[in-house]
Amino acid sequence: MNSGDTAWVLVSAALVLLMTPGLAFFYGGMVRSRGVLNMLMMSLGSIGVVGVLWVLIGYSTAFGSDIGSAGLLGNPAEFFGLSSLLGEDQVSGTIPTLAFVGFQAMFAIITVALISGAIADRARFGPWLLFAGLWAVVVYFPVAHWVFAFDTKDDAGNVTAVGGWIANRLAAIDFAGGTAVHINAGAAALALALVLGKRQSWPKDPGKPHNLPFVVLGAGLLWFGWFGFNAGSALAANTTAAVTLVNTLVATSAATLGWLLAERIRDGHATTFGAASGIVAGLVAITPACSSVTPLGAIAVGAITGVVCALAVSLKYKFGYDDSLDVVGVHLVGGLMGTLLVGLFASSAAPAGVDGLFYGGGFDQLWRQAVGAVAVLAYSFVLSLVLALLVKAVVGFRVSAEDEAVGIDETEHAETAYHFGAERSARRSAVPADEVERKLEGSRA
Amino acid sequence: MKLVTAIVQPSKLDDVKDALERLGVLGMTVSQTQGYGRQKGHTEVYRGAEYAVDFIEKLRVEVLVDESNVDKVVDGIVTAARTGRVGDGKVWVTSVDTVVRVRTGETGVEAI
Repeated sequence: MNSGDTAWVLVSAALVLLMTPGLAFFYGGMVRSRGVLNMLMMSLGSIGVVGVLWVLIGYSTAFGSDIGSAGLLGNPAEFFGLSSLLGEDQVSGTIPTLAFVGFQAMFAIITVALISGAIADRARFGPWLLFAGLWAVVVYFPVAHWVFAFDTKDDAGNVTAVGGWIANRLAAIDFAGGTAVHINAGAAALALALVLGKRQSWPKDPGKPHNLPFVVLGAGLLWFGWFGFNAGSALAANTTAAVTLVNTLVATSAATLGWLLAERIRDGHATTFGAASGIVAGLVAITPACSSVTPLGAIAVGAITGVVCALAVSLKYKFGYDDSLDVVGVHLVGGLMGTLLVGLFASSAAPAGVDGLFYGGGFDQLWRQAVGAVAVLAYSFVLSLVLALLVKAVVGFRVSAEDEAVGIDETEHAETAYHFGAERSARRSAVPADEVERKLEGSRA
Repeated sequence: MKLVTAIVQPSKLDDVKDALERLGVLGMTVSQTQGYGRQKGHTEVYRGAEYAVDFIEKLRVEVLVDESNVDKVVDGIVTAARTGRVGDGKVWVTSVDTVVRVRTGETGVEAI
């Protein structure tokens, strides 16, 4: 065990957790003021549901012994409750296995939270939590196994434990989750947007972002946490982590410029919202590629994706699906771009790189990337569609048209975010004041 | 007695207030309001989606004045509120039948 590596992975895990409240603000700022709390709550709910499921069966499904050596699924019962991983001898590489368990838990959490952006202002909260749990179990945990579970080999190079098919048999490069996280969440978002349908006012009034400073705050927290997401995926405090960190910086910088340039040309203005969106698009794109490209390659990956995603967010108006906060345009498209661009810009000079098309490697890596991307996209889209239809049929998924008009914060959560005017209210039902006083008296005595 | 009502750019409130004080106007009522004139509002762009914003934030300034002061008060407001750009607002004058000071019960010009 290496204490430096362990420290880095533990800190990275905490950084990645911060991304989910960051995402909550990123999304929360984008909706109208009457739906901001619900938007925050869908992210916080993901932490609750997925955090618990990860301990019960998530880690096992993703990283347990492969069932039938097919590379499709880990044994869900193997590490149930994680109690068997608490000992001093439980190590994974140079870090305690539980550090890895915690780090990967944060990935599962934020992937589920990402989906919620597609269904702003119209999903009932309970059914969302139900969908979040089902989706984590049926879609995320298996896909995480495909992408993140590497074969275990002995000193002679023989495989002693089989891992996921995309990481090992296909050998597609996805360092920190372009397929498992972003394509996966983006495809699910598209399915959910289709099942729930459009908001009442869409597309005539898509709803202006009520707080762009929140959006920038969220993007900043995401970027900060993303250094843990990408550089932490090295699972060690080493050169790979450092390269990854630099690539995460420069790709994102380039994507910001790319998005702003596209906006300036198309709309005449470089906007704050565009800058924040460009940041996230760049982070998404560099996620699969961060250990397999050079910093110059990272700039190319970021810049191209920034421009493409800026154009992709208008697809929903063209095709008529209400992906409220552009999860498809940013995460699905950005994830596809990053994953495929690995096949073009990967360089053997980078820590986990093999030469891609532009570095003399031919099409070999590109088709591997494409197969991995399409497989995850198709699996996630179909299963998400089924799960969403199931939730819709059994418990209902949408709020009523009246509740949507009043505002989902008030109708789903009995709260409103902002109290500016001279609104008058009185406590209606709570513990009577004298009872509180009696209890306080008791505690003082 | 007259009521002078002015719709002005929010950024010009201080100039209007200074001008009215120089003219000896002792009080005014200011409220936030929204509206548009012939030019309509403006366009905002969020992720490429254009939004027409018709109702623009303005301030409504109301001043009660004696009839003899009306012209110079109107001139004062117009001069102070003018930027020369579209959306500078409007000023209009209406007749007032009665004014009563709540504290003392004084009426008419005394109550202004």
